[in-house]
Amino acid sequence: MTQLHSSAGEGHGSGATEPGVDQSGKKMTFGEGGLAFIFAVLTLSCLTVAAKTHDAAYAFHAYLSAFASLAAVFVILNRYTDRPAALPALEIDGKPNYNFGPVKFATLAAMFWGIAGFLVGVVIAFQLAFPWLNLDLPWTAFGRLRPLHTSAVIFAFGGNVLIGTSFYVVQRTSRARLAGYLAPWFVVLGYNFFIVIAGTGYLLGITQSKEYAEPEWYADLWLTVVWVTYLLVFLATLWRRREPHIYVANWFYLAFIVTIAMLHLGNNAAIPVSVFSPKSYIVWAGVQDAMVQWWYGHNAVGFFLTAGFLAIMYYFIPKRADRPVYSYRLSIIHFWALIFIYIWAGPHHLHYTALPDWAQTLGMTFSIILWMPSWGGMINGLMTLSGAWDKLRTDPVLRMMVVSVAFYGMSTFEGPLMSVKEVNSLSHYTDWTIGHVHSGALGWVAYISFGAIYCLVPWLWQKRELYSLRLVNWHFWISTIGIVFYISAMWVAGILQGLMWRAYTSLGFLEYSFIETVEAMHPFYVIRAVGGVLFLIGGLIMAFNVFMTIRQPEAAEAGTGIANPSLVPAE
Amino acid sequence: MNETYRALAEFAQTWGLLYFFGIFLCVLAYALSPRRKKQFDDAARMPLRED
Repeated sequence: MTQLHSSAGEGHGSGATEPGVDQSGKKMTFGEGGLAFIFAVLTLSCLTVAAKTHDAAYAFHAYLSAFASLAAVFVILNRYTDRPAALPALEIDGKPNYNFGPVKFATLAAMFWGIAGFLVGVVIAFQLAFPWLNLDLPWTAFGRLRPLHTSAVIFAFGGNVLIGTSFYVVQRTSRARLAGYLAPWFVVLGYNFFIVIAGTGYLLGITQSKEYAEPEWYADLWLTVVWVTYLLVFLATLWRRREPHIYVANWFYLAFIVTIAMLHLGNNAAIPVSVFSPKSYIVWAGVQDAMVQWWYGHNAVGFFLTAGFLAIMYYFIPKRADRPVYSYRLSIIHFWALIFIYIWAGPHHLHYTALPDWAQTLGMTFSIILWMPSWGGMINGLMTLSGAWDKLRTDPVLRMMVVSVAFYGMSTFEGPLMSVKEVNSLSHYTDWTIGHVHSGALGWVAYISFGAIYCLVPWLWQKRELYSLRLVNWHFWISTIGIVFYISAMWVAGILQGLMWRAYTSLGFLEYSFIETVEAMHPFYVIRAVGGVLFLIGGLIMAFNVFMTIRQPEAAEAGTGIANPSLVPAE
Repeated sequence: MNETYRALAEFAQTWGLLYFFGIFLCVLAYALSPRRKKQFDDAARMPLRED
């Protein structure tokens, strides 16, 4: 399944894909035949499971998987009959023959899931302010929609941005074609199929109830296969690089891919009840389970939402600003410091719980040390603009990315502060946490992703510029006002909540009942929802802009990213 | 249990500390060595090069 064909196609100059062209002596590769066979077996297995299970939602997933597997067999065979005898060449006229098809797909998928995720976020924000919006139906209850929102924005939107940009950056900075013939498509499509299984599962009530790791065992197994293939494609591409040095962005991507694999396996060590049941039981027990969960949870923040997006920062900001990285040495030091320190910070999610005190203190200490490498990255990103600060005035895309780095600095200051036990006793379980997460998620992760997509779309579809920079400007300001509404409402709500919970009367009774603290939140929940609506509007403006950019007829001039458009084979 | 904890804690607080600090020093030496300055200045421009 992970056959990479790293040597396939060498020595053949043909990059054409029209059917009927040079089909003589065509042979099916081991990867094509093997993968088609595996998917055929998978189709039958899934049909068997669908027939034998008693769980309707699980049967739905089994049918969906059977259908997807059958479609995969069909697509692989169809692609084989249509292709010329030679696989796409690695180089044409001494220049790398880049493979941007999977990157394009991931970029559009990110755009789609982004809008979907923001929309569900807005819905659940209004549900908190107006509970009747839960509609008294199981499928639309907050408890099911909330993981749908978090997974859609983190894994579907963020994940597609990371996979897409990593496949782009590793090719450009290695000056080599992406490794594998079917493997990159398997990664992109397989990952998005995982998203569909996870999301529909939440709505139908399938969950293992681990925050940010809700999908059940079968979805986890599938993701493992996809992720290992992702790692192999990335490593094999680095292996065939023409540049002697591995650029720092690739180091960050690699840290992200390897660590997520490790976290995923550790946190999802579960034993299914039966192959015919979606239910599984985790092998960890009690407080150990909690510790593994937050070792996973915090490193999902550290390696998925930080290391991966720092990689984006290290490629797209220098590129867009047309300036070299401010300090390459700093990038090396803060990379190693970041990945060695982040892994220990998880226990700060379990302050004042059954977790041993020393472990809590350890988590807090490492969280505070994290200030240094985090700010190392922020300084490096911002200072890359030295000598090009004037571009902030004229280029809204660059402005978006620079503001994102500023948000990164702000939320990595706030995070260590909140990990201090005394602060945490006020902030934990309140909306302050939600505000903190969103200043990181909306301000840092989403903005750097928007910036990267705004850069990528004209490069990939060979357009000179975006359809409209003015629309980017509108997107920027509307979304920024949305973020400000969101985080300031949550700061006030969170601190108010924390103070109300710990207020005592002169006789030593709690001053407020819990429902009074809930009522006090109402105006802030409304403001937060309005902020979310603004952010969603910004996203819609972006989707329109991306769509119009792809549709516009005008072609790129040389030097806007892709030197020779004819080198990119149609996918 | 307490003995195991104490032994582990002592090990982490001494050798663990030195081990991490040693790694950190190695990273510093690698990143700041004047020998590699040219290589890193060159690497800083990698995204800007076109092919």
